[in-house]
Amino acid sequence: MDFGLSQDQQMLRDAVSRCLADSSPLSHVRECAERDNPLSDQVLQALNDLGVAGMLVPEEHGGLGMTLLDAAVVAEQLGYAVAPVPFLASQVLAPIALRDAGNEEQKAHWLPKIASGEARIGVAISETIEVRDGAGVSSAAGKLNGTALYALDFEGADAYIVADSGSRLHLLGAKASGLEAIALTTIDRTRSVGELRFDGAEAEPLADDGGATVARLRDAGRVILAADSLGAGQAMIEKAVDYAGQREQFGRLIGSFQAVKHMCAEMAAQHEPCRSLVWYAAHAFDAVPNEASLVACHAKSHTAEVYRFVARTSTEVHGGMGFTDLLGLHYWFKRIGFDRQVLGGPEAVRAEAAALQGWTKAA
Amino acid sequence: MDLNYGPEYDVFRKQVRAFIEAHSHLAPPSADRAAQPSSKAVEWQKLLIEHGYAARTIPQEYGGYGAEPDILQSRIIAEEFARARVPGGLSNQGISMFVPTLLELGTEEQKRRWIEPTLKGDVVWCQGYSEPGAGSDLANLKTSAHIENGEFVINGQKIWTSTAKQADMIFCLVRTEPDAPKHGGISYLIFSMDTPGIEVRPLKTMTGHAEFNETFFTDVRVPMHQIVGQRGQGWFVANATLGHERGMLGDPDALENRLQALIALMQEERLGQGRAIDNPVLRDRLVALQAEVAAMKYNGMRILSNSLRGEPGGMAKLIVKLQSCELAHQISALAIDAMGELGILYHNSPRERDGGAWQWNYMFQLGLIIGGGTAQIQKNIIAERGLEMPREPKTADMARQKQGAD
Ligand SMILES: Cc1cc2nc3c(=O)[nH]c(=O)nc-3n(C[C@H](O)[C@H](O)[C@H](O)COP(=O)(O)OP(=O)(O)OC[C@H]3O[C@@H](n4cnc5c(N)ncnc54)[C@H](O)[C@@H]3O)c2cc1C
Repeated sequence: MDFGLSQDQQMLRDAVSRCLADSSPLSHVRECAERDNPLSDQVLQALNDLGVAGMLVPEEHGGLGMTLLDAAVVAEQLGYAVAPVPFLASQVLAPIALRDAGNEEQKAHWLPKIASGEARIGVAISETIEVRDGAGVSSAAGKLNGTALYALDFEGADAYIVADSGSRLHLLGAKASGLEAIALTTIDRTRSVGELRFDGAEAEPLADDGGATVARLRDAGRVILAADSLGAGQAMIEKAVDYAGQREQFGRLIGSFQAVKHMCAEMAAQHEPCRSLVWYAAHAFDAVPNEASLVACHAKSHTAEVYRFVARTSTEVHGGMGFTDLLGLHYWFKRIGFDRQVLGGPEAVRAEAAALQGWTKAA
Repeated sequence: MDLNYGPEYDVFRKQVRAFIEAHSHLAPPSADRAAQPSSKAVEWQKLLIEHGYAARTIPQEYGGYGAEPDILQSRIIAEEFARARVPGGLSNQGISMFVPTLLELGTEEQKRRWIEPTLKGDVVWCQGYSEPGAGSDLANLKTSAHIENGEFVINGQKIWTSTAKQADMIFCLVRTEPDAPKHGGISYLIFSMDTPGIEVRPLKTMTGHAEFNETFFTDVRVPMHQIVGQRGQGWFVANATLGHERGMLGDPDALENRLQALIALMQEERLGQGRAIDNPVLRDRLVALQAEVAAMKYNGMRILSNSLRGEPGGMAKLIVKLQSCELAHQISALAIDAMGELGILYHNSPRERDGGAWQWNYMFQLGLIIGGGTAQIQKNIIAERGLEMPREPKTADMARQKQGAD
């Protein structure tokens, strides 16, 4: 019995943390965030040198064959550093989709390239959770029509994996004819999201598995977003505590004021159990299949609530300084905001958790 | 991440299950809130000790089962009893707080005299710490004990003394060294509640019951050897006890059981056309609480693993009292909301649900948020010990500063 990270996972965490401290200081994040395409080749390269790109690619395809908990360890560090790199779609969802639902040819073509960092695949599955603005993708005779909003890890993608309205996945090159890709500007300038419009675009289907793989992608994505917020929240709490230990007002450190102390204690008290919840959810994805979807929902929705509180409270502890662009605290605030909305806000996710337990009457 | 306890523990788990299956008909009802355990509860406790499912690691010479400490075995026992919804061993302030303190700091004679009857439910204890002027600021206590003819003579008043009316004995903090600094002049005495000069006045609480009391001492005489630790060390002894109390107030199995009861209630209660759980707002709140209970469960597993590795519980442990008590209160609050207008029924009213347990819990759990170190005091501890934030300027410093300014 050992509930926690293994030695290897702790080493991975420390290595990624050091790598990001060197390659992705706040000055670099800021530089990236001010560009049209925020994704940083420099940080991506540094992470690839550690093997991050191939974590979830099976060994027989040149990857490391690691688990979602390993990926969650990395995601937490990315959130902690607000690192402007593609990860969720290109290094987690795409390899899982290909691994679980790709045919041999697709696997052999793409997986080694993902592992080596040569190829990046964006993923668009949001319409399987919630349809807005009339979006949605239909497929017939190998052609896609319609719109997929929120393709994740959009910029620089060589291909996209897209879910149609029947929860079947399709793969198509970024330059496929009949595909128009339009960048969306998000509040979180450390991520890249885009809209995909299909007009008879040719695509290869992945396996027809009744939506099973799409459901796995939702679970994995939610855990990774929760882990990202866990890291971002950790950083915001540390920053608040540090600031409260330096800033003086009324002749005292503000951290000695109980109102400030209690804001920090409340953040810590809510934050700490999230770590165990995220770890368990990630572990369950690979090891406890019958609990995986429910606990992914719990991790996603609970962290969404906790880190919204942390994001605003840490900002408040910093006073006016917290509100400035200069301090850069807002990068974490916005990152947490992104994690909350993507792949289902907490209400939508809780509704799904209720349905999974048979608590919702069929409409 | 390895959640398997290992094959040797599978055997143990099977034994626990078999025991529960064979004996659960002897268990007292779990809703037994009486301070003095019923004879059924006492018999159950004795049976559990005999088989090692209560007082497991307490040495046999003190009336325990005498097993080597094994956190996982203890964990399995707790899990299996919770899973079967069969009450485990007795839990009261004597067993959960006084016995561990005595094991740590008592004399051999004290251990032999008190631990066994306490474990077996024959002696019930109350905790005499809080006073009208000393709650969160416990070290401000004024109840005094001076020495006369080789005895402590106690005068003063305690308040919020849970179960004092039913208790046989009290562990009590008194000031023995009036001239020593605040924390230095306190001693930890133990004496019978039948000692002449003790008056207990029940204090009815918001629940409508008298869960606690005022306890008055007038020239209460206590032999000098009825002290735990040395004179003047009572603060240290008491802090050992408080640690055990905070552990007792944050039990993940208890939360899980309350949540399961809430789910059952929401599936049974009908609100208009549907069940309570069909109401999307109530259901949303239920799932949110379920996620929080899960987080606390895994947080508990993390603490368990830390202690298996011999590491301190750290922040994961510091937050347990605050988070669990709040969560328990929220669970009861949702149960009452799910009952709608039925939620007002109490005091054995016709149509009351579950014997008024949810209403009682909703109120009593607020008491637990306050008792055992208030939520605010917990936050001070989390901030100052956990996050190492600057300490509050002490009143003494402020007085000095003020003098300087004058
Ligand atoms: C159900 C219940 C059972 C109890 N059982 C027992 C028992 O068996 N034996 C026993 O000895 N005692 C018992 N108590 C007493 C309990 O320990 C005290 O109530 C508790 O420590 C708070 O003290 P107080 O009531 O004097 O409140 P106060 O200390 O006066 O607190 C009032 C308010 O001020 C806040 N406050 C006080 N100091 C600070 C500070 N430094 N920073 C921030 N906020 C502060 C508190 O958080 C609270 O909100 C029980 C209490 C309850 C509710």
